[in-house]
Order: sequence, then C-alpha cells, then structure tokens
Amino acid sequence: MIQWIEIGHLQDIPRLGARVVTTDWGNIAIFRTAGDEVWALDDRCPHRGGPLSQGIVHGKVVTCPLHNRQINLTDGQVLAPDKGCTHSYPVKVIETGQLLLGIPETYKQALQLT
Amino acid sequence: MKEKLVCIGNGMAGVRTLEELLKLDPEKYDITVLGTELYGNYNRILLSPVLAGEKNIDDIILNSQEWYDQNGITLYTGHTVTQINRIKREITSDQDVTIKYDRLLIATGSNPFIIPIPGHNLPGVVSFRDITDVEAMLAASRHGQYAVVIGGGLLGLEAANGLMKQGMDVTVVHLLDTLMERQLDKPAATLLKTSLEQRGIKFLMEAQTAEIIGTEQVTAVRFKDGLEIPANIVVMAVGIRPNTTLAKAAGIYCERGIIVNDTMQTYDPRIYAVGECVQHRGQAYGLVAPLYEQAKVCANHLADMGIARYSGSVVSTRLKVTGIELFSAGDFLGNGKTEEIIFQDPAQGIYKKLVVHNNYIKGAVMYGDTVDSAWYLQLMREQADIGHIRDKLLFGQAYALGSALGGTAASAVTLMSDDTQICGCNGVCKGTIVKTITNEGLTTLEQVRLHTKASASCGSCSHLVEQILAITVKDYHNTAPKKKAMCHCTELSHDEVQTAIKQQHLTSIAQIFDQLAWKNPDGCQVCRPALNYYLLAHFPAEVKDDYQSRFINERVHANIQKDGTYSVVPRMWGGLTNPQELRAIANVVEKFNIPTVKMTGGQRIDLLGVKKTDLPAVWADLNQAGLVSGYAYGKAVRTVKTCVGSEWCRFGTQPAMELGVKLEKMTWGSWTPHKFKMAVSGCPRNCAEVTIKDFGVIGVEAGWEIHVGGNGGIKVRVTDLLCKVTTPEEVLEYCGAFMQLYRENARYLERTAPWIERVGLDYVKQQLVADNDNRQSLFRRFLESQHFAQAEDPWIARALGGLDAHEFKPLKQVTTSEIKVVALPEEEVA
Repeated sequence: MIQWIEIGHLQDIPRLGARVVTTDWGNIAIFRTAGDEVWALDDRCPHRGGPLSQGIVHGKVVTCPLHNRQINLTDGQVLAPDKGCTHSYPVKVIETGQLLLGIPETYKQALQLT
Repeated sequence: MKEKLVCIGNGMAGVRTLEELLKLDPEKYDITVLGTELYGNYNRILLSPVLAGEKNIDDIILNSQEWYDQNGITLYTGHTVTQINRIKREITSDQDVTIKYDRLLIATGSNPFIIPIPGHNLPGVVSFRDITDVEAMLAASRHGQYAVVIGGGLLGLEAANGLMKQGMDVTVVHLLDTLMERQLDKPAATLLKTSLEQRGIKFLMEAQTAEIIGTEQVTAVRFKDGLEIPANIVVMAVGIRPNTTLAKAAGIYCERGIIVNDTMQTYDPRIYAVGECVQHRGQAYGLVAPLYEQAKVCANHLADMGIARYSGSVVSTRLKVTGIELFSAGDFLGNGKTEEIIFQDPAQGIYKKLVVHNNYIKGAVMYGDTVDSAWYLQLMREQADIGHIRDKLLFGQAYALGSALGGTAASAVTLMSDDTQICGCNGVCKGTIVKTITNEGLTTLEQVRLHTKASASCGSCSHLVEQILAITVKDYHNTAPKKKAMCHCTELSHDEVQTAIKQQHLTSIAQIFDQLAWKNPDGCQVCRPALNYYLLAHFPAEVKDDYQSRFINERVHANIQKDGTYSVVPRMWGGLTNPQELRAIANVVEKFNIPTVKMTGGQRIDLLGVKKTDLPAVWADLNQAGLVSGYAYGKAVRTVKTCVGSEWCRFGTQPAMELGVKLEKMTWGSWTPHKFKMAVSGCPRNCAEVTIKDFGVIGVEAGWEIHVGGNGGIKVRVTDLLCKVTTPEEVLEYCGAFMQLYRENARYLERTAPWIERVGLDYVKQQLVADNDNRQSLFRRFLESQHFAQAEDPWIARALGGLDAHEFKPLKQVTTSEIKVVALPEEEVA
C-alpha cells in the first residue's frame, strides 16, 4: 500500500533542477531530469547531511553541494567508490502533469505516521 | 563452537588488534568488547585538533556502532570490568555482566597522573585524556578567562594551544627548564618555547605547584615560591601511568605495566595485553605507532599464525600544533660514545640534529624543517649505514641521494615508509595509496582521489600523490596523458575547449556538447560551471546565463554552509560603511534571528545561518538601506580592501579609500575564473596587505605601484610588480585590462597566482605594459562586459523583482495530519 499525495506540477520544477517538499520528518527533494523524469529522495546526503536539492543534476545523478558525493536519483545510492544511501520515494507524473509523491505504508509505520 | 575472545578496553590499541584479527581470520572468535567510555572507538590523538576547534568529535570516530554490528562484535559501552576470574575464565563488569572467555585481551590503556596536591579534587581540575576532558575544557573556555596547564610535555602543550585557540589566557607550568624534555634537547626546546610565546602562551619554568585554590570551583594556583596566578581551569598533563589495577588484582605479573613477551602474552598465556597498559622489554609506550605494531603481532598470534614477533619500537614524536614543525625520534641526546651532526639557523628558526654511532643513526631532533623526518626515521629503523652520505645527510634526502638516484623528487616518496601520512586532511598513508593503486588498477590522480580521498580536500599534497603514482604505476609518465582532460565527459583540455568556443563562436552549452562530441548528454558538475563561465567571458552580449549550470552559491547569491543554511555578505565599498547600513544590518539580524555576525577578512560583515527561505526578505531589508550583494559567494570580484590612506593617515601619500571605492564600483559583478580579491594601500607600509591579493595597488609619492598575482591561501604567493603609474585613471585602466586578460586567458578555477606562474610574468607585462593598444582594447572589452554584468544587483532582482522565486519557496508543505489521499485509477498513471 502506498499513499499518494499531490505535491504540484511538473512545470514547477526547473529542468536539471530540484524543489523541496517540507514534511514533519524532514525535507524531501523532488528532482527533474533533462528528459522530464521525476525522482524523489530525502534531502540529506548520507555523507554529512548536505541538502541534495541544492546540487547540480546531470544524467540521473545529483552532486551534493557540500563535498561532491554523487547520488543516484533512481535509488538514493551513493556512486562508487563512495558508500552510503539516502531514502528514496516513489513519485508519479500523471497526464495532466500533476506530481504525486508516494508514502509507502511501511515507511509511515516506521515514522509512526498513521 | 567458536572460541570466545573478550577485549577489555574499547580504545585504539584493543580495537586495532581486533581489526587486524578480522583481516586474518574473521570467523575464528565470538568477540565481545567492554569499554568504560560511552563513546565508540575514537582517535585519541586527534583530541588536540578537536580542542583547537579544527575538527569535531564526529571527525575522529574510528569505528561506529555499525562496524561492531557488521563484524558481529558485541559492544558494552559504559562498562568497567572489575574482575578477571582466571579459574572460571570469566570477567565481570561494574554492571554485573559476566562473560566467559577462551582468550582475553587486556587493553586498559593508561590513566593520567594527577599530582596529589591540596585542591586536586576541585571541580575545574581536569586531565587531557578523553572526550569528557575536552568537553570540560571547551565549557571552561566559554565561561572563564584563565587556564593553567601543569606540564610542558607533548600533551600539555597541545592542551595549551587548544585552550589558547579557544580564546583563553593560558599559562604553562613546567617543573624543569626544558619543554618536552623527553623528546627535545635544549636548542630545539628553546625554539619551540619562543614560537609558542609568540602565539601568546605564557610559561612558568622550573615552577613547582604547591596548591590549587578554590572553594566551589578552582580559582587560582599557588606555587612553592608563593606566587599565585588566577585559574578558571587547571589541566594536569604531567604524565600517564599504565592502568594495571585489574591485571594486578587477577594475579597477573606487573611492574610499571603489565609484563608481556614478544607475542604480547602476559604470564597467563590465555591472556594477552596491548597498548599503553603493557611493559615490553622494560619499555612502556604512550604513542600510537608502537601500539599499532603491537596490535599486528597480537592479532597474528590470536589467529594461531604465530609467525610475528614484537621486538620493541623506534618511537618518533610530532607536535600536533598547527604551524609548528617538530620531530623527534630515538636516542636524541646521545652519550659519550655517540657523535652529533647539527644544522642550526636560529634566525630562520631551523634546527636539525642527528645522533650517530658507528655510521648508524640512533636519534634525531628537528625543528622548523621536518620535511625529511620520515626518511631519517626509516634509516634508523632499518639501521642503514649512512657512511657514504654523511656529509650530505642533513641537507635532506633529495640532495643526499641526488647523485645515487638521479636526484628525482620521486626518490623521496620511494623511500618513505608505508605508514608515512601523505594526506593530512583525510589521514591517508602512503601504504594505503600504493595498495589501492595496485588493487584497483588506478592510473590517474583523479582516480586516486576518488578511491582514497588523498589530496581530495585542500589539494596541497597532490604533488606527493602524483609521485606515488609515478613510482607505483609502470610507465606512468608514458601513459599519463600529456594534457589533462577537463573532466570525464570529454578528452579535451580546458584550453582546447576555450579555443573551440572562440574560433567556432559557440554560444550555448548545448552547442558545445554537440560540436565537441561531449560524452554525457548533460555534462557533469565539473564541466558545466566551467563552460557557462567561458561562454559569458567570451560573448557577454550574446550568451544567456545557464542558471542550472552554476554551483548553488552563485545560483542563489549566498554561501551554503555545513548545515544547509546560507550566509549573506553585503558589499561595503572599499571597506567603508555608515550608520544607516549598520542599522539595517542590526535590524535584519534581530528580525530574522540570524545566529552569527562576523567580520570577514575583506572588511565587510558576514551574516551566517540564514534560512534559504528567508533570503529574499533579508535582501529586501538590506536593499532598503542601499546595501547590495557583495558577491562573497562567487567566482567573481569579491572585495577591495583599503587602508585609511591620505584621507586620515599621518603617513599616507595617496587617497587609498577613494581609489578603493572607484575600483570596486568599476569591477563589481564581474565573473572571473576564480575569486578575485583586491587591495589598495596609501603608502609603502602596505597596511591593506596588497601583496597577497590578485590585484593590489600601493600609493607612493610619485603615484601608484601596481602588483598582481598574489595569494594568501593554501600556497602563499607574493605579488609581482607589474608597473608604476602616476594617475588613478591609469590604475583603473590597468585593473580592467589585467582582469580581462585573466578572464579570457586563465582556466576556470585557476587563481591569478598559479595562472601567472603558468603563463609567466613576461607574457602579462608584454600584453599589458609593452602594448598600449592591446591594453586599451582589453580594457574596452572589460567595460563592455561590465555593461551586462552590472545590469542589475542580483539581490534587488530577487528580493523586489521576484526573479527565481521558485528557488526560495518549498514546492509544497506536507504535514502528517493533513495528508490528502488521491484516489488514483490504475490506467491514469503515466
């Protein structure tokens, strides 16, 4: 079970850029690639907590602005040879261009959101 | 059934032994670790930089809880083992945990020795041993003014330096007349004392502490001769005692430390001991290198290999006080049978001494120049015969072996031992670099940085890393590309790309990618900011700034800080301000709860800790008072530092402030390959320090001297004198022309200092001084480009004009209570 939340429109995010969704459990960064794919990650680099939303986006990667760790947008994994992982969320673009962010049930339980 | 190994002590020696053991045989034991401290295993020797504010606790953790979990090690923090029962083979902790063992490792370290004088129990009297001590010292530095450090040894001096860095008034009290007498001889100790005194530390030599005074808290220290000095904190750093209490109580034979043999076993062969708590062949060690050697041997024996033996260590010391180069090793005092080779230059603060016996180095002391210390240590450890190079020995390795090895600098790294630290920022040793190069098949500096982090922070050790590559990779110099590609998206170098942009008149990043066959469709974080700069520098009238290719600082016109907040630096023309501006700044700080207000080195005010969402509102308020962006975030013109000039100064020959303001008004907003700093001094006393700026002007009776290419950062470089001119107008013309030459010619991220080293001062002089037409046309191009660069203050555009509004607003704010569920028929999902 995934709960989907409307968060805005594809056009609200610049290409090769990101916007932030604020939540009670921290910020989520919503990225838009050159090919209009949209990905969502916790806005915290696993290295030292840098805000990934502020990084430069290239391909399906964002470079953290603090110490240049490279994070894969599709799964939150840090690119080798560095290690680490940041949480990723499902996100959908529906035909109208509206963006839906998914909060998996299991994740809600972990966060004790009911 | 696995055997059970219990390690008493969660410090550097014990855990290092376990690390070595896991490398040899990860499956052999069920391992349990007990430690008194509440922290995981951390690097005790880095407590000094933590105290000095150069590192924080997280930086010095060696093994996190994760590491213990991954390796199946049970960890009890906050547990002190109170009993070893050798009959039942079990240990008990102060919290009544009892654990059985097949083999036991004692790594209880040592305790700081506290002089039992009256008052030694008072709050405010600490040792310098663990994180708790450092926290106590940091707390004291926030509330008190006076610190007294008892003990002028290695630890005492590091504590003193740290407390001084935290702003305290520090006095070091030493019983003898020589500081660090266990590591230094008199001449070296004298140089050290002088240099610490220059930093502001006071010394009381040959002083005996009689009493620590205070009722609730320490307030003063009294000496035998009746002298009394105030103290809010007293640090006892007079020595350490091996912690043998537990071993003694269990009937294990101890003298000063727990006695071990060459396989690190105590008198009970099931029980091993390593680290500061042991005594081996009459020696107890308090330094980290021997502990690591012991750990290796102990692990080897625990893994039933039984081939390693420990035969003692040649110890060496360095003082971890930034900026003080000091090294000592072995028998540095010598005796009647030894000879001394000495090099001394007190004026330069350099002193080097080697103690030699029958052409073998027995000991060394070096102060002020320790470049070759690793080499001397190696010659000592290997007991190498130095007879054939005795006369050249003190002039260093490169010179002494020059003839033998062709005198290449690479020979220096060849002879470094594997545990020589190459990269100070990230703590990477030569051995690690060599091993990674070999195992991963690395061939470039870039790859080594990625895999080991060596030279990936400040870059000042890059040349050493390159040399290690050269000696490790076969044919490195033949395989190494003669030119350096800009990044991994292209084979082309910065220069080739710039030439292509100019010759093919390329005006967008997409065009560059297309024409120059870029390998990645979006480029990367390295090439995109560079290309965006080149385009703007060459075709300012035609090129549209590519916003998403700028680093975040330039994208939002503020500096990102470690916690994701931003800092804001308004421009203060020539370092001048007025009540209206100061009031506006004060009001903004209060209104937006800005936590830190700091003076920068460039004569302006930095507001640190501003939330990104507040930036436009902060700018709007500052703009009201006429304040604009200081571009402190940009590869751009930063600031023009000035002295008070002939406007106020008794000695001033020229109006420095007036010219500084003019320069800044002319050049603000200009994007440059790297940050660009200026200064104007009104007389040769040079109070504005123009000789370490990218462009500096010094007023003299007859006009102005123009200096270029200085740098005060990683590698200090003093400016070159470009020329002398007579009028302020000429200064402005030279400044604009010099900047334009740099803007069009240098590589992105190349400061003027390395740029001038690369192209040569003669080239710059020939372009600007010898060729009037060329200078004027450069100046014209600079002013044309400024026409676009100064179109609008970026803060006004964003604060009042609403530019890039999306950058400062969240896309959406979701609260858990109001999550709106969207019913979503499956077929609608794209």
